[in-house]
Amino acid sequence: MTDTGTEKKRSLSVICSKGSFDMAYPGLILANAARMAGVPARLFFTFWGLDIVNKKKIDHLHLNLVGNPSAPIPAMIAGLPGVEALATAQMRKEMERLEIPPIREFVEMLDDAGADLYGCQMALDMFKLTKDDLVPQVKDVLTAMDFMDMSEGAQIIFI
Amino acid sequence: MSLEALQTDAEGYLANRDDWSEELAKELATQMGIELGDEHWKVLKTARAIEGESGSSPGLRKISKRSETPIKSIYKLFPDGPAKLIAKIAGIPKPKSCL
Repeated sequence: MTDTGTEKKRSLSVICSKGSFDMAYPGLILANAARMAGVPARLFFTFWGLDIVNKKKIDHLHLNLVGNPSAPIPAMIAGLPGVEALATAQMRKEMERLEIPPIREFVEMLDDAGADLYGCQMALDMFKLTKDDLVPQVKDVLTAMDFMDMSEGAQIIFI
Repeated sequence: MSLEALQTDAEGYLANRDDWSEELAKELATQMGIELGDEHWKVLKTARAIEGESGSSPGLRKISKRSETPIKSIYKLFPDGPAKLIAKIAGIPKPKSCL
């Protein structure tokens, strides 16, 4: 009847290393899916991925069109000023239609769902940021080794 | 209908939504270690209503908004995989939504 048992031991660790609007979602969605299914989930935000939980940037992430072969417009045009902003606005609208929450709301939702969010110490140092620059849902700042220790036995996804 | 005679799919979701009753929900919940209170019922009935209207099992965000139950509370009411537990107890299929 139930499908628990082995699942109880599963856990998921997601490493978010990219800060573009389109690359922010996969990690958040996967961690959320894990929580909905009863799997413990933790996220480690490193390098550009820190932007996802940076107070100043969380509402302003941009789509990455240049150098993206999946971009729906020619590379020459994608690089023109304002084009990425336009495309990002378009995508935001489409996501709203599908009822996918904006990043800030998504991060809050993950916290409410019991996922643990961590910032990467080295990335913070590199960008001259402190924990106070991150949204309050970030539980702690860790080294990569700390994150590895808490990920023992977990499935790790790098994005 | 007794729990033994119940038809479910391979993952344990009720095969036929009409086999569902409140009594059955109580039994299923007990089996999962949950004692149903008013808050649980509000969530379960909302999930069932959305599935009835749209034909697709809702994810947690939809259930949370419609039932005006915060996500945090839903995780407290149905610990250990609320999306799955709600669908199973409410007698609806596994949610297709990722949210």
